[in-house]
Amino acid sequence: MNLKISALDYVQEVQNGNISAEDFTAATLEHIHSIDEKLHALLSVNDDAINQAREIDKKIKSGDKVGACFGMPISIKDNMCIKNSKTTCASKMLENFIAPYDATVISKLKEQDAIFIGKANMDEFAMGLTTEFSAYGPSKNPWNVDCTPGGSSGGSAVSVSAFECIASLGSDTGGSVRNPASFCSAVGYKPTYGLISRYGLISYANSIEQIGPVTRTVKDTAFLLNMITGLDPNDNTTVDNKNEDYLSGIDSGVEGKKIGIIKEMMAEGTDPAVVSATKDAISKLEGLGAICEEVSLDMVKYSVAAYYTITATEAGSNLARYDNLRYGYDFSVEGYEFNSYIQKARKNFGPEVTRRMIIGGFVPSAGHAGKYFLKALKVKSKLTKEINEAFKKYDLLIAPTVPILPFKLGEKIDDPVSLFLVDINTVTANLTGKPAISVPFTISNGLPIGIQLLADSMNDKMLLQAARALEQTVKLPEVPI
Amino acid sequence: MTKIGLEIHCQLTNLESKLFCSCKANYRQFEINENICPVCMGLPGSLPRLNQDAVKKATMIAMALNCSTPEKIAFFRKNYFYPDLPKNFQITQLNIYGDTSVGGPGSIMVGDKEIRITRIQLEEDPGRLIYEGSSSKNQITLVDYNRAGTPLVEIVTEPDFENPKQVREFLNILSDLLENLGVSDPSLEGAMRADANVSIEGGKKVEIKNIGSFHDLEKAVHFEITRQESLHSREIEIAQETRHWDDKRKITISSRSKEEALDYRYFLEGDIPWVTIDPAIQETLKSQMPESISSKKERYVSKYNITNQVADVLSSDKFYSDLFEDSHTESNAKEIANIITTDLMGLVDTREKREASKITATHLRDLADAIQTGKISRNSAKNALYEIVKTGKELSQVMSDLDLGNVSDESELLTVIKDVISEEPQAVEQAKSNPQTINYLVGKVMQKTKGKADPKLTLDLLKKQIE
Repeated sequence: MNLKISALDYVQEVQNGNISAEDFTAATLEHIHSIDEKLHALLSVNDDAINQAREIDKKIKSGDKVGACFGMPISIKDNMCIKNSKTTCASKMLENFIAPYDATVISKLKEQDAIFIGKANMDEFAMGLTTEFSAYGPSKNPWNVDCTPGGSSGGSAVSVSAFECIASLGSDTGGSVRNPASFCSAVGYKPTYGLISRYGLISYANSIEQIGPVTRTVKDTAFLLNMITGLDPNDNTTVDNKNEDYLSGIDSGVEGKKIGIIKEMMAEGTDPAVVSATKDAISKLEGLGAICEEVSLDMVKYSVAAYYTITATEAGSNLARYDNLRYGYDFSVEGYEFNSYIQKARKNFGPEVTRRMIIGGFVPSAGHAGKYFLKALKVKSKLTKEINEAFKKYDLLIAPTVPILPFKLGEKIDDPVSLFLVDINTVTANLTGKPAISVPFTISNGLPIGIQLLADSMNDKMLLQAARALEQTVKLPEVPI
Repeated sequence: MTKIGLEIHCQLTNLESKLFCSCKANYRQFEINENICPVCMGLPGSLPRLNQDAVKKATMIAMALNCSTPEKIAFFRKNYFYPDLPKNFQITQLNIYGDTSVGGPGSIMVGDKEIRITRIQLEEDPGRLIYEGSSSKNQITLVDYNRAGTPLVEIVTEPDFENPKQVREFLNILSDLLENLGVSDPSLEGAMRADANVSIEGGKKVEIKNIGSFHDLEKAVHFEITRQESLHSREIEIAQETRHWDDKRKITISSRSKEEALDYRYFLEGDIPWVTIDPAIQETLKSQMPESISSKKERYVSKYNITNQVADVLSSDKFYSDLFEDSHTESNAKEIANIITTDLMGLVDTREKREASKITATHLRDLADAIQTGKISRNSAKNALYEIVKTGKELSQVMSDLDLGNVSDESELLTVIKDVISEEPQAVEQAKSNPQTINYLVGKVMQKTKGKADPKLTLDLLKKQIE
């Protein structure tokens, strides 16, 4: 059984009768059991997957209507609710939380006969960019198991690039889909804010985060977007995309497109290999008829500071509900007064979450909001103005997804500030609500480098077309597992 | 000078669903923790879904209180830990970054006194805490989340009240106004709650929290003024503090909690986009608002020549004015107004009696017609009304059941009159010489017919017989 196929190829193969959902799922599970001990991409595996696949095969055989996924195994970052299954956010606080409802993306994929093969590892509550802050241990990069796979959706990216599933859903608050996609040589997508319903996605910084696919190809991302985007009455922030078909016209190319090269995202400190890969990508796009020139987004240099201030504020509020009273881990209230119980219960948060909650209690507080939180909002609005100006001139913007190559596990975990700076190229899309994609571009010394493209709000389709064009300019080696 | 300001929390009890989910706004009908869902329980991943109807109703309240209504409104998070708050923050509104709550500054006349409204905001009610156990040692706190997420409108006034009487008058006006708008039933337990701040001349401001009804609000204000004046007269300084209303002992008690020191870390609720209420939408809302109490009153007086006092009662009470509106015509309006304000009011003077009452507009219309056409006397009408309220039977049925119809059949009446004339020869003679004494004979006829004789017809017939 060849597990290394794309989502669209899988659909083709099942439709042609070359493979069955059951056989593919069984082979996938076998592969997971043989490899995940090493990579730790998944926090839980769906025991019922084989039965579900068998049911879908029955439908196919009997000629019943079958959803577009045809039993495709998909992994889901463990911060999205699947009814009656554990959703831990890789935290001890939600160790025993069994979601009583489906996230909107989950019900949409269920309708399309997707199989949720497992819940993907992540940094606790999506705070981090290495998966090292998972309460259940880090994931490993399949290109080099001593390296981080990136994060926070590290498990999603690893499971896709190591063939533990065909595609995955991650969430991207400041680069959490694009960063691990870049580090693991997968496609990672952060849509326009509001394009995908967040209902059932456990909030970290709700005003800027989005669910996004991790896939093997750009076309697969478009395929998934067709199923999970659009207005949702359960999420007031969703936007109407009028049932856009992201696959149609995906091969339209970039001829005549004007692309701005974001100067501040290739600044000092960027790895020379990353700089040269980006330059190579630019000349390849030019070769396809795009017009590329440098553009400056001055506010980018404050973006990481603003990002951490805003996300900490929202996290402090979003995570306040984890008081362990209505759900959580086993810890009796006997003998505690209300506040002292919460104080004690919350000690089960890991170090990064604790750090951001403390910051989140401080930066928006009465005496300090003006100096920190409100200033961060000002940066956000100025940055948005700047990028909107840029999109008047350019169709797309380009930059490396991450300024450095995948680094060793443990290398930066004790240095939060240097970790924060790894986000410099990705947070802009979140702060401004713009769509962005990381496309696998090259392998340098055995480690992947991804290139990031950004488009204006609701120009997701054009963005995917450009990404598809870029993707086709390269042929990448197979992951050495 | 005494200064009193109010913060009134009014539940929008007449809405179908909660503020951010489709659980029922009327949580009172449920068993404990039955009226809940992932959203109002604040479960991981759930998102608030704004009830647009609540926004409309809250905006109507703002308009009715003559408040400015911003074109764009926003919601904010108020962060604090409390067991009745499932998310450990409350979604509310705030005006510190510009007017973005449903209502900005406004004012309302209470008699001759203008009371300024500071703002009106829409927010979610928390759950309900139930304390069990006799002593503080074995006391446990239970939480019922049925109420969590119920739409609540907070009305904040400037400290413009000078005495408890003005407070009471304001609360009466406000209750009537909310009821008339059809947004809330102020008589439901817990539907109206309040905080008050009170200061007397030269004293510091004291905040009283946790007042569970309008009735207690007036009492609490009264108690607090007396307490402060007594301290003042003994030259003891009045401390600036927060006190709680103890509704069992009917006194205010100093709360030792450090509520003033709380920092709520307000910030914009990103899960709810700004809501636009532009002038066109505001106009539509205005046109959907029921006629105001003052406009009703004016119409009753000018159009139907109903007295000021009767019109006042009729217009300010939604139960009565709805009955009146549905039953009256140009010709019977005054009669119906009188039936309602003189007879019906005594029969349905409590909430329970109103709910049990079977009277409809048709009943009132029939009754007024019967009175005006002489089919029933006013006295009998009163008895019929009592029976209608109790049983809901049709008027004709009630009249025949209780034998209340007027004797208006001429021949039948004539027999009675002839009897009276033969029995009272002296009075007949007297009436011939002094027509005014004929009323004595009319009375006798009434006696014989047990008050059912049509008085006008009786008089006419008597006159003819005597001549």
